[in-house]
Amino acid sequence: MKFAFFPGCVSKGGCPELYQSVMEVYPRLGLELEEMTTASCTGAGVLQEKDLKLGDVLNARTFALAEQSGLPIMTICSTCQGVMSQANHRLTTDPPYLAAVNEILGEEGLTYRGTTQIRHFVWILLEELGEQGIRQQVRRPLKNLRAAPFYGCYLQRPSEALGFQDQPERARSLELIMSWLGLEVVDFPGKTRCCGFPLLTINEKNSLRMVASHTLDAKRHGADILVTPCPLCHLNLDGMQSRAASQQQADIDLPIWHLPQLLGLAMGMEAKRLGLTRHLVSTQGVLDKLGSAVAKIEA
Amino acid sequence: MPYFQEYQLNMDRADTVLDALMHIRDTLDESLTLRCSCRGAICGSCGMRINGHAALACKTKVQAMVSERGVVQVEPMNNMPVIKDLVTDMAGFWDKVRQVQPWLQPAGPEPEGEYLASSESMNHLTGVMGCIMCGACVSDCAALEVDERFVGPAALAKAYRFVADPRDGAGRSRLLALNEPGGMWDCTRCMECIEVCPKGVGPMDRIMLLRSRGIQANVPSTCGSRHAEVFADLIYQKGRLDEPMLAARTFGLRNLSRLLSLLPMIFRAFVRGKVPKSGPLHRAIPGMEKIRRLFQRMEERL
Repeated sequence: MKFAFFPGCVSKGGCPELYQSVMEVYPRLGLELEEMTTASCTGAGVLQEKDLKLGDVLNARTFALAEQSGLPIMTICSTCQGVMSQANHRLTTDPPYLAAVNEILGEEGLTYRGTTQIRHFVWILLEELGEQGIRQQVRRPLKNLRAAPFYGCYLQRPSEALGFQDQPERARSLELIMSWLGLEVVDFPGKTRCCGFPLLTINEKNSLRMVASHTLDAKRHGADILVTPCPLCHLNLDGMQSRAASQQQADIDLPIWHLPQLLGLAMGMEAKRLGLTRHLVSTQGVLDKLGSAVAKIEA
Repeated sequence: MPYFQEYQLNMDRADTVLDALMHIRDTLDESLTLRCSCRGAICGSCGMRINGHAALACKTKVQAMVSERGVVQVEPMNNMPVIKDLVTDMAGFWDKVRQVQPWLQPAGPEPEGEYLASSESMNHLTGVMGCIMCGACVSDCAALEVDERFVGPAALAKAYRFVADPRDGAGRSRLLALNEPGGMWDCTRCMECIEVCPKGVGPMDRIMLLRSRGIQANVPSTCGSRHAEVFADLIYQKGRLDEPMLAARTFGLRNLSRLLSLLPMIFRAFVRGKVPKSGPLHRAIPGMEKIRRLFQRMEERL
């Protein structure tokens, strides 16, 4: 299945191991990707604080480009997915609004008809490959590893814009895929809460409190790792974890993984090729726990 | 210490969680304490957490919430003190609503007739005026969970109701008050309030509109407003995000110590090849002029 690939800014910026791991795994999943090199940033909900309609115009342009090529969009960032899903929901449920946005796009020779599908990589794994397709890919079941999902906000809310009514299993997509990879899934109340990243520049103290709260809670529930579909959650939970630990005077040391890294490891790929050396919280202890099948990544 | 009490009962398909709780109180445990009044999602009294999320018990069907094991978990609302069982102390909630001065404050001489407002402006406010003050948004607010000084989604949605009312003359002073710590910039944009609001008020959407109005009104810049302004400018310049530049320009020389405090983390990221390119090394996306023209057209329409 072919997709217009929208990697987002952060997977090619501060979280490059996400892009790297997706590039490693996707060819073996029967997916074909055509990267949208001329699409702009979604605005990440931040541009929308200043001007919501401008954000919708930029995203409608991206949807129109995909529509022209006849391809659905694949995202790998929850924030990109959520912001685009919300924009698409506003555009496709309000015809006068879509017409007003098209009037602006029309001056660039573009029109958006409202037909573009936007799907996160996790949803594509769930809905296109499914349990059988994923299990068939597993060469190295990730047994003896207790993993807690961490969705963050944008793949959970608002559920109306994310299509949960038609695809209810999207609400537990991480748990399902993680279990198909052989992991022991740890449930904990913080899995759908905010990581605190949007507060980081505004109120770092509160942002770090959220990091500490969720990581410590996941550890209390027995998790060896947290798994996230969102690079922004990763930036905060991994990148700011040591500061959160200092602020809360707690020992955290909980590795935060991207789902494609787990998938790649289960498919038998090397840890280093999946960017597992690029985390700020070391992943080596987890790889040791997975056993001798996984080579030392420092090697 | 709080604890869960289990009750076993049979309910019909059409029964609500409130029906179930009243059935428990009538037949199994007369000490079970809860608030309720209208039973029709109008009064906002029966807010509580059902299976971990705030909701009105009278608007929630048992059938929709029951697990495979036949369990529905009911708890008092979060982010407010519990008085007994499912009854919480709403005093703090009301204090914060009062803090935003939820009444019209017209400016200028009183008109001879009525204060007039266009249908369009009032239609825009219909959604936010639907708030029934149930507290569901406050219960599930992630920012309040870590900082009780945050004014919270219900009060901010109410503030927007007056800021956006054309008959109100205190918009700027309201925005200045909301620009302070604990105000509109302390929302973490988690959308929990949008998801749990039983009346479709969409508190976070209103908070985003408050921020937008604050920027338009030129209230003193904060890290929050600079972040939004710089973000927009970076997309205008390059079509995509320049993360180091976003941080540098948001904090700027006004907060050099904050930037310096990030150095150890930046160094660790650099060693792992994770510091993104920035400035001249960070190139614009192909066809950038098309993005800029869209910005300009939107600017011309203002």
